[in-house]
Amino acid sequence: MTLSKIWVYAEATDGNVSNTTLELLTKARELASTVEAVFGGDGASVAATLGEYGATTVHATGDLGGVLQGVPVAAAIAAAVAGGAAPDAILFGTSYDGRDVAGRLSVALDRTVITNNVDLEEDGGALVCTEPVFGGATLVRTKFTGGGPNIVLVRPKSFAAEPAGGAPATVEALAVPDTGAAGAARVTNRFVEERSGPSLDDAAIVVSGGRGLGESDKFQMVEDLAKLLGAAPGASRAIVDAGWVPYSYQVGQTGKVVKPTVYIAAGISGATQHMVGMKGSKNIIAVNKDAEAPIFGVADLGIIGDVHKVLPKLIEALKARG
Amino acid sequence: MPISAKNDPMNIVVCAKQIPDPAEPGALDPQTKTLKRDGKLILDESDMYGVEMALQLAEAAGGGEVTLVSMAPDNKVDGLRSGLAMGAAKAVLVSDPALAGTDALGTAKVLAAAIGKVEGAQLVLTATESSDGYTGTVPEQVAAILGMPSITFAKSIEVRDGTVYVKRQTDAGYDEVECPLPCVVSVTAGVVEPRYPSFKGIMAAKSKPLDQLTLADAGIDAGSVGWAGGGQEIVGIEEAPAREAGEIFEDDGSGVDKIVAYLENLKIV
Ligand SMILES: Cc1cc2nc3c(=O)[nH]c(=O)nc-3n(C[C@H](O)[C@H](O)[C@H](O)COP(=O)(O)OP(=O)(O)OC[C@H]3O[C@@H](n4cnc5c(N)ncnc54)[C@H](O)[C@@H]3O)c2cc1C
Ligand SMILES: Cc1cc2nc3c(=O)[nH]c(=O)nc-3n(C[C@H](O)[C@H](O)[C@H](O)COP(=O)(O)OP(=O)(O)OC[C@H]3O[C@@H](n4cnc5c(N)ncnc54)[C@H](O)[C@@H]3O)c2cc1C
Repeated sequence: MTLSKIWVYAEATDGNVSNTTLELLTKARELASTVEAVFGGDGASVAATLGEYGATTVHATGDLGGVLQGVPVAAAIAAAVAGGAAPDAILFGTSYDGRDVAGRLSVALDRTVITNNVDLEEDGGALVCTEPVFGGATLVRTKFTGGGPNIVLVRPKSFAAEPAGGAPATVEALAVPDTGAAGAARVTNRFVEERSGPSLDDAAIVVSGGRGLGESDKFQMVEDLAKLLGAAPGASRAIVDAGWVPYSYQVGQTGKVVKPTVYIAAGISGATQHMVGMKGSKNIIAVNKDAEAPIFGVADLGIIGDVHKVLPKLIEALKARG
Repeated sequence: MPISAKNDPMNIVVCAKQIPDPAEPGALDPQTKTLKRDGKLILDESDMYGVEMALQLAEAAGGGEVTLVSMAPDNKVDGLRSGLAMGAAKAVLVSDPALAGTDALGTAKVLAAAIGKVEGAQLVLTATESSDGYTGTVPEQVAAILGMPSITFAKSIEVRDGTVYVKRQTDAGYDEVECPLPCVVSVTAGVVEPRYPSFKGIMAAKSKPLDQLTLADAGIDAGSVGWAGGGQEIVGIEEAPAREAGEIFEDDGSGVDKIVAYLENLKIV
């Protein structure tokens, strides 16, 4: 049995559809016979990619003129649902805008949102969601009991994105009702933090540093090591909050989810909130001076040692190999 | 840092969640399948940033009251007292046995009703997500119920002439976002440095007004919250498959060689 129709909330930057959107489309194909996308922007800019990953139609609002997505997109979806277009479920990635739209929509439809999911399955015509709790040690499976559409938030990198070779999605206009004062929050300027090398999202290797580095300057060791390995540098929240590195470096529950081939954790204790962001890595190497650090519980290779000794030597050894 | 021209005094509400101490290992109640919350509740660290931000914004505006709003079981107030000790003027708590099992949407209904009781609230601050439930949907849900605009993931906030200016975190950096008040804003951790309550603050907190409401006082129908309001059912709880144990070595100087050999084996170097 499958669900009959799923909508996926699509996100894109300058026409580049986000990986999470493609992951959700791929999973939706498995769960439902019809997969469609909803997009808060110009549908023509994303129709080809969305179609390639299985969306037959993209319901698009057209340019929102800088208004934050939450209010207009949720109002437009709610109006479409009231008009009889309701899918069985609407999937959102756990992103800034995804959470906003899902939250607004839940009020408009008076429906619960099941959040932080890492897996979805269909059981007797109902959607069952899997959510990790306690840093991923326990998995909770939750089923929707109320009527549809089910509103679901899924964590990035929960599924592999695979193209289906579909034709470009048909663009259909999704009308945005008047939202009054609620729709007044508007973006006036966008700032992009400069960063060289591969992005945390795509890197095959990630080297992350934590409070064990001791001081801000020492993060340079992580940057150097990352550069030598062609890796992306990452960080624990402790040193992001301390202002050593920008938030865009943060790995974990409130940061990025990464699943590289190799994850190197230097001076990171392995708090549950950090681990949910990197536990899916294929190989984990940890350097920590405390033998009891929880990070060793997930490490494939653990070195109980001082980062100030191990990292410089490692950098030297890699440099010597050229 | 909120920099602000002199404004009219601004009343601010901060949603302040009281949670079990995250340092204590969490557990699910096998009977009710919810988080066990029998011990003492503390102010969620994530909300300390909202309290601090509110105090700074009120000061910059030249005055105004900061009110804490919370929903918690068993009339627990310890976390709220911490926020009052930091400098908030008063608090509203909604507590009711019928709230057991309430989902994020139900929580937002309750918080919105409590916020509605605070006079002249121009700005509502929350954290981006709580430390225990972390659905991250409550801020938008509260805003939607109140019919207010909202800006999530603020890494800085300024208020000038009735408009709030926010730097909103994005994947690539940040967006500058503006919105006329009243508005709901969720703040990220680290946005300001929360102050430690002074001894005087702690003493003063004991006598600050703390309103305790039941669901009926808040004007909410018990059927729309709690287990009944949820629309979800837990069908399974299982242990996640553990990672296979790795090899751990004490660094005797050869730690580097072990790492290099490991990377060689993966054909990375
Ligand atoms: C709601 C919420 C969300 C959160 N989200 C995130 C998140 O997304 N990402 C995240 O990372 N955290 C997150 N956290 C924070 C998390 O709980 C931890 O506080 C944080 O991960 C700790 O960072 P750390 O490991 O760098 O620091 P610490 O826990 O202080 O660990 C430092 C480690 O360095 C080791 N060390 C010290 N000196 C040396 C040395 N010379 N050589 C080698 N090792 C050394 C120590 O033994 C220790 O294990 C969140 C917390 C909450 C409440
Ligand atoms: C492991 C676990 C998983 C859960 N999964 C879901 C789920 O999938 N869907 C669902 O609907 N519910 C879920 N819940 C229940 C949910 O956590 C509660 O309903 C909770 O009361 C509100 O959600 P939150 O803490 O996740 O809010 P968040 O949206 O993460 O909170 C954001 C901010 O809102 C404010 N806030 C939230 N709650 C309060 C409060 N009680 N008092 C004052 N301010 C508050 C705080 O500023 C907080 O930082 C889950 C609970 C647990 C323990």
